[in-house]
Amino acid sequence: MQKVLIIGATSAIAEATARLCAARGDALFLVGRKAQRLEEIAADLRVRGAAQVDCAVLDATDRAAHAATLATAESALGGLDVALIAHGTLPDQKACEASVELTLREIDANALSVIALATLLGARFEAQGRGALAVIGSVAGDRGRQSNYVYGAAKGMVALFLQGLRNRLAKKGVQVLTVKPGFVDTPMTAAFKKGALWAQPDDIARGILAALAAKKDVVYLPGFWRLIMLIIRLIPERIFKKLSL
Amino acid sequence: MSLHSWGRLPGAPAAAELALAERTAPLPAADGSLLPYGNGRSYGDVCLNGGGMLLRMRGLDRFIAFDADPGADFGVLRCEAGVLLADILDTFVPRGWFLPVTPGTRFVTVGGAIANDVHGKNHHGAGTFGCHVLRFELLRSDGSRRVCSPTENAGWFAATVGGLGLTGAITWAEIRLRRIDGPLLAVENTRFAGLDEFFALNAAAEARHEYTVAWIDCLAATPRGIFMAGDHLAADAAQDAARSAPKKPLSFPFTPPVSLVNGLSLRAFNRLYFHKPLPARATQDYAPYFYPLDGILHWNRMYGRRGFYQYQCVVPPAARGAIDEMMRAIAASGQGSFLAVLKTFGERTSPGLLSFPMPGITLALDFPNRGAGTLALFARLDAIVTAAGGRLYAAKDARMPGALFRRGYPAFAEFTTYLDPGFASDFWRRIKE
Repeated sequence: MQKVLIIGATSAIAEATARLCAARGDALFLVGRKAQRLEEIAADLRVRGAAQVDCAVLDATDRAAHAATLATAESALGGLDVALIAHGTLPDQKACEASVELTLREIDANALSVIALATLLGARFEAQGRGALAVIGSVAGDRGRQSNYVYGAAKGMVALFLQGLRNRLAKKGVQVLTVKPGFVDTPMTAAFKKGALWAQPDDIARGILAALAAKKDVVYLPGFWRLIMLIIRLIPERIFKKLSL
Repeated sequence: MSLHSWGRLPGAPAAAELALAERTAPLPAADGSLLPYGNGRSYGDVCLNGGGMLLRMRGLDRFIAFDADPGADFGVLRCEAGVLLADILDTFVPRGWFLPVTPGTRFVTVGGAIANDVHGKNHHGAGTFGCHVLRFELLRSDGSRRVCSPTENAGWFAATVGGLGLTGAITWAEIRLRRIDGPLLAVENTRFAGLDEFFALNAAAEARHEYTVAWIDCLAATPRGIFMAGDHLAADAAQDAARSAPKKPLSFPFTPPVSLVNGLSLRAFNRLYFHKPLPARATQDYAPYFYPLDGILHWNRMYGRRGFYQYQCVVPPAARGAIDEMMRAIAASGQGSFLAVLKTFGERTSPGLLSFPMPGITLALDFPNRGAGTLALFARLDAIVTAAGGRLYAAKDARMPGALFRRGYPAFAEFTTYLDPGFASDFWRRIKE
């Protein structure tokens, strides 16, 4: 049984991951913004076999509340083995271009709040000399594109931060996993037309648990995105800037 | 890609898809009629609403509670309506619980199982799925919510079980699960030739076995087939039989331009299937026993772009001659059926006003869509069913005349008083008058 903390627990990928954890009998602590939705998910996870499930309401951009929430989680679980940071938004790129305020808010929701939580959790795992921190990034963080570079910049910042954190904590027996999903069929992407590249949240969740078990550092999910993003990263900037991606 | 039903027959698409993602949320505002859409496993048009709105229910996929007294034979599961039976089995079989009634695929939602009042191989003992539904919540387009059970809002309960999604949307349900000792079944297979032999085997087997069903080859000169009886294996026997790891299902990867099911392939398949080495007794995992076709995802694609029909009827117990007559009509038409299934329904009363099962004999057959020729055969079969006092299964149907449905379901008029004025389906528009 693992003691698992999930932040952003009402997101589709987080919920799918929590279901797999519950089925193997883990103890879970769920953090999210919507109290009623958290309770519904908690009830579901209990039926699925979770050893215990508790919840706390937190807006991840409320940084003053982070430390207390993490302390509550750790005391409810009686320790901490795995933390998954899964909260985020999908910014309206066009609206961000017209609003500095909105751009910075989205950067906060998708990067600064994540970095703040990862800092506290990293310190916690470092002190106990073990543990795994998994964070949902995105393939969008691999290269800035006109269609969603506010989101991409935030995810890219998180990836770079985690790279440094991993470099530091690797010597302390702590795993830091950057998860880079491609297109996932979730409520966040409900407005998009779905094609062959789209994956289900359950596929991503299985990939996350497999990557945690295999002590991986960075995982693209599904795996073919590693190749797609390699090609995208290799396009010279003087050509890339003329593309409409 | 628009949503379709399992038969993949061509038809008008829905104007839009909406989704219900929270059980406490109101129905989304609809510009036209609504119809709940679960997992699209009904064959014809009960889950389609051409020009209207489909309300996707799979987002409501959470368990709510499970209660069972220690040592009890039954437990009570409360879950949202979009939960798949597969999800229930994955979660509960390892803990020693099973569905009290299961249809031939586990990829249906709980809401869909109720709305079609599905049945299984244990109908002779257990009745329909609806017999094991304790309560559910019905959300109507006027915003009202009713908890319905056989004793509370009983009229609404009877209308909604088997009600084809036309009385409103089911948001959650409470169903019974039954205790099992393990995932294995003891299976007995017997070849038979002729319907008399089937009925003799069946009469003996129903008294001794929980599950019975027969596959028949309707292309053979004399109907022949395999009678399959099964029972959950008791704990002591289960210990000796190791369960093999579940296989990853195969998937039919594309839709061929024409049906791969034709006279030639059918004759070959049926001959092979009948003569394949068959152990008289075997131990089998529940999944291949109950859901042989779930092992090949998208198997419906093999019928090609024109799709296929399933024809399932029930005739009263005394009407054995009607089954014989239908088999002859099918053989004479040359439109063979890939998997023909023969089973008798028991005496247990179905709880829904429009529930399909009634005491008698049920025959289910798949036919590739060959247009007018196929429809002409169905008209022949309809006449035999009507003369015998039988009826057809809406969940499988895409073409029955309205009069045939209304005559077959005496509670039709009563049912119409429970219709939700904001809900409709292709099936309903077709059969209502």
